[in-house]
Amino acid sequence: MSTPRADHLGQPAGDRAAALPTDRISERTHDGRTDRAGRAHRAVRAHELVRHPVHTRVLHWVVAIFFVLSLFSGFAIYSPWLFAWITPLFGGGPMTRLLHPWFSLGFVIAFALQVMNWYRLMAWTPDDTRWMRDLRGYVTNAEPVEPPYVGFFNGGQKLYFWTIAVSALLFLVSGLPMWFPVTFGRGAVAVSYVVHDLAAIVMLGGFFVHIYEGTLAQPGTFHSMTRGTVSRAWAWTHHPRWYRDATGRDPVADYDAATARAEARAREDR
Amino acid sequence: MPTGTLQIKAISGHPGPVPGDGVQREEDVCKYVDTTICIGCKACEVACVEWNDMPFRETTFDNTYQTLPKTEWNYWNLITFDEHRRNDGTLMWLMRKDQCMHCEDPGCLKACPADGAIVQYTNGIVDFQQEHCIGCQYCVSGCPFDIPRLNPKTKKVYKCTLCSDRVGQGLEPACVKACPTGSLKFGTKTDMKAMADARATQLRDVSGFADAGVYDPASVGGTHVIYVLHDATRPELYGGLPANPRIPVSYTFWKHVAKPVALLLALFAAPAAFFHYIVEGPKDVQPPGAGEP
Repeated sequence: MSTPRADHLGQPAGDRAAALPTDRISERTHDGRTDRAGRAHRAVRAHELVRHPVHTRVLHWVVAIFFVLSLFSGFAIYSPWLFAWITPLFGGGPMTRLLHPWFSLGFVIAFALQVMNWYRLMAWTPDDTRWMRDLRGYVTNAEPVEPPYVGFFNGGQKLYFWTIAVSALLFLVSGLPMWFPVTFGRGAVAVSYVVHDLAAIVMLGGFFVHIYEGTLAQPGTFHSMTRGTVSRAWAWTHHPRWYRDATGRDPVADYDAATARAEARAREDR
Repeated sequence: MPTGTLQIKAISGHPGPVPGDGVQREEDVCKYVDTTICIGCKACEVACVEWNDMPFRETTFDNTYQTLPKTEWNYWNLITFDEHRRNDGTLMWLMRKDQCMHCEDPGCLKACPADGAIVQYTNGIVDFQQEHCIGCQYCVSGCPFDIPRLNPKTKKVYKCTLCSDRVGQGLEPACVKACPTGSLKFGTKTDMKAMADARATQLRDVSGFADAGVYDPASVGGTHVIYVLHDATRPELYGGLPANPRIPVSYTFWKHVAKPVALLLALFAAPAAFFHYIVEGPKDVQPPGAGEP
């Protein structure tokens, strides 16, 4: 490249201030309010948007840690093929059995807090139904940019969220009889085993998709859950309506402008 | 190991036949319990506690002769006492020696997730190996006879071993040795079954118990402890002995359907995500080169 890159949006440095009033916008969180105590501000650089404020990130990773601990300790007890591999990680079979319900309780409580944090953003809308109808197009990357109606979360994310919420509830309800089999009795335990397993199957399937989408499948997404921010380009690519809400700008117009700039730069380079 | 594999067949320089030869004529062992001649003396309970070296424990008095309401982790053998009013208005004791039934298809073993915590010997004895037990109590729920009990202190589950240590040495279980009336007998399954059938026939034909019969429930593949009952049509009268003991269908589904399906999912979902990346690739931020944070 002959001209030095002014920034990651490919804009000339001189235009930056005029094009993007970053100082004000960058402090905004998903619901348009300024992040509490301005903590997110420290992490935000120019042309970034705060996607997940600190409390959301902490909550997410608390959920994740408890989930993984529950998953592994549960799998150890769940399958004879995994028993010998995994139980030593938790200090042997009896310790695995002792810890699993506590890990799971931690998961359920942390996730309940996440539900309280997110239930408004996760409310299902007709746009999400519309999004689900074109799931094939999403999976096959038919369009490079998401349709303009996609807000802070898309239909798939909401589906995953509510699947986990329902599964967590099933896990809790079926887990208690397995934790205290003598109190709940044989019949309740017999049903619980199956419910617990089905919840595990559903949750596990979603978990794989979640990890993949959050890392490999969408560059830039992982950063939103670690340092909390995403680039503006990330926002108009994956969540155009959120981009509009957060910045007050038109995602399509900004995308077109960025594309034009990129083409112009490519011509210049030639 | 009480498996019978170390049963001596020949001895060098030994006069006469090998002691114990022929004991393993048939592998399946069985304890025979004739409830009709049990006198409720509890010698078997004491013998069990003694042989298995368990401390004597406090008993519960609840207006019966029964030592405890149920078997306990350190009390594996319990005579249940039930007062039964017969059709003619007279009362009779129904006394049954309650302990592990050593099912041919053991629900405890089926439910247990811990490698090697429950074993079934070729002679039919189902034995708990406490050093491998993780205290999850799946066996408690899996047992149709409500037998395994958790020691809350050690978080290990215990139950009657059918004196596998004695049987492995060619001896009868301690309870059988202690029984003064001949209510308890021990031998091969075939012999005990034949003896029980003969006794039931006698009870029906001679003693006037028209419903007498043998309790050897087929729903768990038969048991290695069998009862002769005055009234085999109503085993519930004998301290709640189930007429049709069952391992819940959900256990079979859980073990043979749900587990493999989930493991397959785990096995294939990760590669599926990986190959989606290979085939379809990531959703890059647009336009290309617009960058990431």
